[in-house]
Amino acid sequence: MAVTQEHPPVALGNTPRDLHDEAAESTRLISPLEIFRIAWEGILRNKIRSLLTMLGVIIGVAAVIVMIAISAGTEATIADQIKGLGANLLFIQASFGRGGPGGNETGPMLTYDDVAIVAGINGVVGTSVEMPTNQPVKANGTTLTDVQLVGTTPDYPSVREVSLADGRFLNEQDMDRKTKVAVLGAGVAQEIFGDADPIGQSITVDNVKLTVVGVMADKGVVGNTDFDARVYVPITLVYSRFVPSQFARFVGDRVQLIFAQIDENANLDDVKTQIQLKLASSKGISVSELPFTMQTQDDIIETQGAATEAFRNLLAWVAGVSLIVGGIGIMNIMLVSVTERTREIGIRQSVGATPNDIRLQFLAEALMLSLVGGLIGIAAGVAGAILFGATSDMRTVIVPGSIVLAFASAAAIGVFFGFYPANKAAQLDPIDALRHE
Amino acid sequence: MVPIIQTEGLRKIYEMGSVQVKALDGVDIRIDVGEFVAVMGSSGSGKSTLMNILGCLDRPTEGQYFLAGEDVSGLNKVQLAAIRNRQLGFIFQSFNLLARTSALRNVMLPLVYKRNGRGLSTDEREERAMAALEAVGLADRADHEPNELSGGQRQRVAIARALVNDPALIMADEPTGNLDTRTGEEIMEILHDLHARGRTIVMVTHEPHIAAQTQRTITMVDGRIATADAQEEEPQWQ
Repeated sequence: MAVTQEHPPVALGNTPRDLHDEAAESTRLISPLEIFRIAWEGILRNKIRSLLTMLGVIIGVAAVIVMIAISAGTEATIADQIKGLGANLLFIQASFGRGGPGGNETGPMLTYDDVAIVAGINGVVGTSVEMPTNQPVKANGTTLTDVQLVGTTPDYPSVREVSLADGRFLNEQDMDRKTKVAVLGAGVAQEIFGDADPIGQSITVDNVKLTVVGVMADKGVVGNTDFDARVYVPITLVYSRFVPSQFARFVGDRVQLIFAQIDENANLDDVKTQIQLKLASSKGISVSELPFTMQTQDDIIETQGAATEAFRNLLAWVAGVSLIVGGIGIMNIMLVSVTERTREIGIRQSVGATPNDIRLQFLAEALMLSLVGGLIGIAAGVAGAILFGATSDMRTVIVPGSIVLAFASAAAIGVFFGFYPANKAAQLDPIDALRHE
Repeated sequence: MVPIIQTEGLRKIYEMGSVQVKALDGVDIRIDVGEFVAVMGSSGSGKSTLMNILGCLDRPTEGQYFLAGEDVSGLNKVQLAAIRNRQLGFIFQSFNLLARTSALRNVMLPLVYKRNGRGLSTDEREERAMAALEAVGLADRADHEPNELSGGQRQRVAIARALVNDPALIMADEPTGNLDTRTGEEIMEILHDLHARGRTIVMVTHEPHIAAQTQRTITMVDGRIATADAQEEEPQWQ
């Protein structure tokens, strides 16, 4: 066997100066590219272990994305439903205790006469009103107790963009004559009459017999209101037959809610101010004493958003915890890996790897594991959110910010939980490491 | 000429509870450039400790160690790593190759941690590693992983790795210990060839016939040097 390499004579010129320079240069880092290459080779050398390590991060990242998609979907659904109930609506709602249900009945209140004043304001293109009372409904041998009897006006379907399934809605004649007619919500009609035609049938409310003239289309629950569990009657009939309190006679016909449909081109703030000024002057009180609040649909969506925020936060916490569990998984496997690879660390040290080289190698490995896990988690999360939206009743909306958040968290977790094992590897003594079996 | 290795009063003392164990108890060695030296000694004689210190893997408790004229006994871990990278090539009894890593990548390993002067490009590294593999006659096995190589081939890959950074000193720790006699002789041939080309080699062995092939044998007993006889005769391997 002949050594064929023609190498130059052994470098003897290792003057003391040279050694000093080398010692000084030893604190320099090897190139980051090289570190990542070493780390990547380490990951590939143990594919199964790497995949298991990443699993926690994959699940955590996917959970963050799916959870946020679900809560965003829920919010979007609520917003759509609120938007779906009439366009450009201003909700003028009686203040609690000021004519609202169960409130005291002294002082100024929102009344039926106010509807005409609101309707007369420039920029208001339509109005309707709601005066709900809870009354048991008897018909066909059944008694429904959870029905809301809502006094309203003929404009209601157009203002709130709800439609009829059958028959007609209330008309002006019903208002004038306080006709004993009722329009049933889809759920009420179904519960009382089943598949039979309810038009022309009668129902009894508080000993008053009402003729069914129409049935509303299916609408479901929006916000806190179950539109299918309502019975609409002329508001004038409510005042004459179903007044909730005798006191009402002395203070006028109060309403709980006035809807004002605003012209698209009108300035919303101007209209609001006009309503406040006109109603205040008609009641002879100052604007600050007005017994009602005004909200737009956006305001209501925002209020609903505050309610769903708690839900969203809960989901975020659950997802966050699973990410942390994933990070602990990385730390766990990395610690095992450091022990398993003690010999490798010793070999690297013997050929000149510094503690910092070893530390960076393991940190880079942890970082890459969590980043690759994060990427797979993003794919799984997006796919999961789409699949969940497609197969369940709940809508999902993928939020780009959640992807960024999940990915950044995965990276941070990789570095954080990789640090301890990497440090442990860096502190190994080369002699012990080389001797390790 | 400046000796490649010179130690003065080298001591290594381990504290085992209240007991002090003197693994090295005043060792003075001088090894000149181009020498091929064997270190022998029974287990516990301190020869491993001596090799660890000479190989810059460990530091002496007392005394001085000059490597190529420079006192390295006071250097820290980071500085020692740089010295190992640039000045030393290791050959181990158990080869110590990275598993599941090609022979070429194994040989490239010291170049990865080389940081003095300008760094080498990946191409330059591969070229140099390939040249080192060629030197030990394994160019055609460059893509093989250690588990696809025989013991002798693995040790040749390890020798190529020890050579790739053109070190001043090669430290061999029982290089033939895990090999059969014939393969061991092949490895010794390579070491002799390296020596003939001017390399300085310090080799630990417990086999007298292997030690007899070197120029001189340093025998360790109880942390001291028993003999450091220059072997007058020509090495018998020829």
